[in-house]
Amino acid sequence: MSEVLVVVEATREFGVKKVTLEMLTLARGLGTPSAVVLGGPGAAEALSAKLGEYGAAKIYAAESAEIDGHLVSPKATVLAELVTRVQPAAVLLASAQEGKEIAARLAVKLDNGILTDVVGLDADGTATQVVFAGSTIVKSKVTRGLPLVTVRPNSITPEPAAATPAVEQLTVSVSAADKLARVVNRVAEQKGSRPELTEASVVVSGGRGVGTADNFKLVEELADLLGGAVGASRAAVDSGYYPHQFQVGQTGKTVSPQLYIALGISGAIQHRAGMQTSKTIVAVNKDGEAPIFELADFGVVGDLFKVVPQTAEEIRKRR
Amino acid sequence: MNIVVLVKQVPDSGADRNLRTDDNTVDRGSANNVINEMDEYAIEEALKIKEAHGGEVTILTMGPDQATESIRKALSMGPDKAVHVLDDALAGSCAVATSKVLSAALGQLNADLVLCGAESTDGRVQVLPHMIAERLGIAALTGARKLTVDGGTLTIERQTEEGYEVVTAETPAVVSVWDTINEPRYPSFKGIMAAKKKPVQTLPLVDLGVAPAEVGHAGATSAVLEHSKRPPRSSGTKVTDEGAGGTQLVEFLATEKFV
Repeated sequence: MSEVLVVVEATREFGVKKVTLEMLTLARGLGTPSAVVLGGPGAAEALSAKLGEYGAAKIYAAESAEIDGHLVSPKATVLAELVTRVQPAAVLLASAQEGKEIAARLAVKLDNGILTDVVGLDADGTATQVVFAGSTIVKSKVTRGLPLVTVRPNSITPEPAAATPAVEQLTVSVSAADKLARVVNRVAEQKGSRPELTEASVVVSGGRGVGTADNFKLVEELADLLGGAVGASRAAVDSGYYPHQFQVGQTGKTVSPQLYIALGISGAIQHRAGMQTSKTIVAVNKDGEAPIFELADFGVVGDLFKVVPQTAEEIRKRR
Repeated sequence: MNIVVLVKQVPDSGADRNLRTDDNTVDRGSANNVINEMDEYAIEEALKIKEAHGGEVTILTMGPDQATESIRKALSMGPDKAVHVLDDALAGSCAVATSKVLSAALGQLNADLVLCGAESTDGRVQVLPHMIAERLGIAALTGARKLTVDGGTLTIERQTEEGYEVVTAETPAVVSVWDTINEPRYPSFKGIMAAKKKPVQTLPLVDLGVAPAEVGHAGATSAVLEHSKRPPRSSGTKVTDEGAGGTQLVEFLATEKFV
């Protein structure tokens, strides 16, 4: 079977990200997955067990301080060389900022088509995308070159398939042009132990109705009880209640969790764009006419400052 | 500093948007077409840099005839001039071809700094800045929530999942911005009047050295095979809190096995 390259997304703290496991699962529908680790020295070793668990038959490791110290470009150069050498059946990357950027450079280097925000991929390379704020489903295909696709997190359920991957170290030789954008510092900001927004099975979001930054504790408390991530509407972010990286919507993150709980969010199209493909939607809002209720599987018209504490209390009671 | 801002006209993301049934491209005819919102932040950032360091701000747009409206709107915020890449052959261009055309135009404009929005609200593809940087062999500093200019050195705070990265490069470079970077100004009446007289140069493909077969439907590297409207979600149970709303919510979560 032909080889399918999956570019690994991982964090220093939590290791292999769920979207990587989803990509490995998708890749098995097209051929034999090979994981590609692009990172600093020693990056691959900590990840190989997990990658094998989900079917990576091979791991290509490109590990270098040059990759770690520069933005995106060296990764694309290494990947382009690998693609040219092994001629894979497809290349899969995560549909997040960096994955899209590596794919962008790869597309130009190889003069190859690119499809982003893919939620499904057939054996013949036909991709499914959901566009226009989740209102339209598109089937599309790369018509020049190989299927180069970025996969939206939480699109499919990862399925294990044990393999024992052989690790092949890649030589990293990057050009001067690859070293133009230098990463001089990485700063971690608040997140704690919560799952990442785009990967979480449960997302609890707060909107303008939450009222203050301090009141977001209520949103966080419910998220923690359900093992979920915290999100915020644009109105809440613009009001300074919660940081921008947690914004769900048209100009923020797109999430597709099993359960989405909207607290004090009216449900403007800007917000719906980022969450309406969630499996189950629950809303609490004091305005019974709020458009969020048109999407909600279960809605409570009421004061979130009464409903949410009672919800939290009731969940604790049932434990 | 010579700054070029990439501006895209898109269908208003606040209204219903559709794909055409004939050629599967974005339906611009039935939509209210506006400047891609994120691009307004790029224009604002360009104007702030010009105010602090001097120079010139040029708007660069590729799009059909009607994109002129968005160009004038952009100019009313304060940029000096605009270049409109306009050619019938461009309809249906994919991202790869679009980056080729914009790079060719940028090659004629000698920009020190190319500013753009981090993504468009229609495609949300987010690939153009790096495609252009790759073609021009210049740096790309993308996803900026803050940009500092110190002589020829550009430094950004790049928003990431974990926090942010500080990334730096020398000009020339492409910088893409998120809507957290600034608060775009509203065009003044004076600005709107002045925009009508500002020069807008129209560039056909032939002036860019790009063949019609390399762009548009003919040169597309990907194709939409089919599209359909997703069935709208139907609303489920709605209760009014009369003292037991939280409990009822948990009962629902329990039946769905979330608690």
